[in-house]
Amino acid sequence: MIPSNKNSLIGLLFLSYCICLVKSIELTFELQDKSKDCYYENIQKNTSTTLEYQVVTGGQYDVDVIIESPTKEILYRQVKSQFDSHTFVAAVTGPYAICFSNEFSTFSHKLVYMDLQVGEEDPLPGIGEQVTVMTQMETTSQDIHEYLNKIIDYQTHHRLKEAQSRKRAEDLNHHVALWSATETIAILLVAIVQVYMLKRFFTEKSPTQNQYKSMY
Amino acid sequence: MIYYPFILLSAYLLGSVQCLYFHIGETERKCFIEEIPDETTVVSHYKVELFDVRTGGFTPPTPGIGMNVEVKDPDMKIILSRVYSFEGKISFTSHIPGEHIICLYSNTTAWIGGTQLRVHLDIQVGDQAIDYAQVAQKEKLSDLQLRIRQLVEQVEQIIKEQSYQRFREERFRQTSESTHQRVFWWSLSQLFILLVMGFWQMRHLKSFFEAKKLV
Repeated sequence: MIPSNKNSLIGLLFLSYCICLVKSIELTFELQDKSKDCYYENIQKNTSTTLEYQVVTGGQYDVDVIIESPTKEILYRQVKSQFDSHTFVAAVTGPYAICFSNEFSTFSHKLVYMDLQVGEEDPLPGIGEQVTVMTQMETTSQDIHEYLNKIIDYQTHHRLKEAQSRKRAEDLNHHVALWSATETIAILLVAIVQVYMLKRFFTEKSPTQNQYKSMY
Repeated sequence: MIYYPFILLSAYLLGSVQCLYFHIGETERKCFIEEIPDETTVVSHYKVELFDVRTGGFTPPTPGIGMNVEVKDPDMKIILSRVYSFEGKISFTSHIPGEHIICLYSNTTAWIGGTQLRVHLDIQVGDQAIDYAQVAQKEKLSDLQLRIRQLVEQVEQIIKEQSYQRFREERFRQTSESTHQRVFWWSLSQLFILLVMGFWQMRHLKSFFEAKKLV
């Protein structure tokens, strides 16, 4: 969006100076066959980061995952993994690479979900700063907030599981339809060819072949 | 949505935390899928940098370069498609639940291949997309009121998600029932076809052998 007023211009300026401190991002993307997708995230030193991923559809539901530190050190490697969650603490500040690779698969492209949580959740403005002890009301609402976050997390997992099963069911439905059509044709063909072949064994050497042909 | 203007206003503030990035070629196209309930706002920020051959780093591109952004709803209808500058914010609200596809590609008219683009991207969905600092400021809410507001938003999101879950469960059930029906009817028809074919084969061959005086 092209900045049209003064406010957004200031915002734009502000933007370029800001560094990322707290972040959570969920992405679902398609991974083509024989390809590798890398995502990078600038992580501050000593920040705890959690990566969660799941293959939603495609092939054997597996993918190779690598997390690489800015110093090219491999922090995490999974080969042909379906889903996992990994938490690590950044040792140095810099761009961490998260790579999903489908290089072993020659024809199935995949749908991959990933959730990257860097650091803790942003506190609400005003709440994190106060020095006084929180009232019971505040503590309770904080707890509720955390519980709701958990519910949303579980919902996401449930949604992904459901999506996986639903897509599999849709595939199955499609395959059943296709296969039944193929098999019907196959049965008819086999039956007719069988009769034809059998008849030929008996009629081939016969000098009066034409006579029988006219019968049928 | 009542909070819509505030989301818009807070756009650039939220944008300050965009930090996940990836590389695409200038002619490449990158798509992301968001499976969301209906009436859910999705806010996305992005920033593009161009690979600079001289320094080996990434620099902000020249003003001519922009990004095409395309958002498709589950029926594959385009609900948003326009050219933005190299940095911007996309915001849309879903009307039907399902998989929304967000595609980004640069509007380069150039050569095949081209240079590398670095795209910083951030996608926030539902209650995540709300900037509470702005809400508090606009509506003059106390800390506790703001907290409650956040809880309300979260609960609303959960409710939407649940009703969407029901919708998808229904679709799932329909698929399963359809599969069941197909398997059932097909096994019956296969049985029927086999019987008919077997019967026909026998009769046909019998009359054939009789005619050939083999039996």
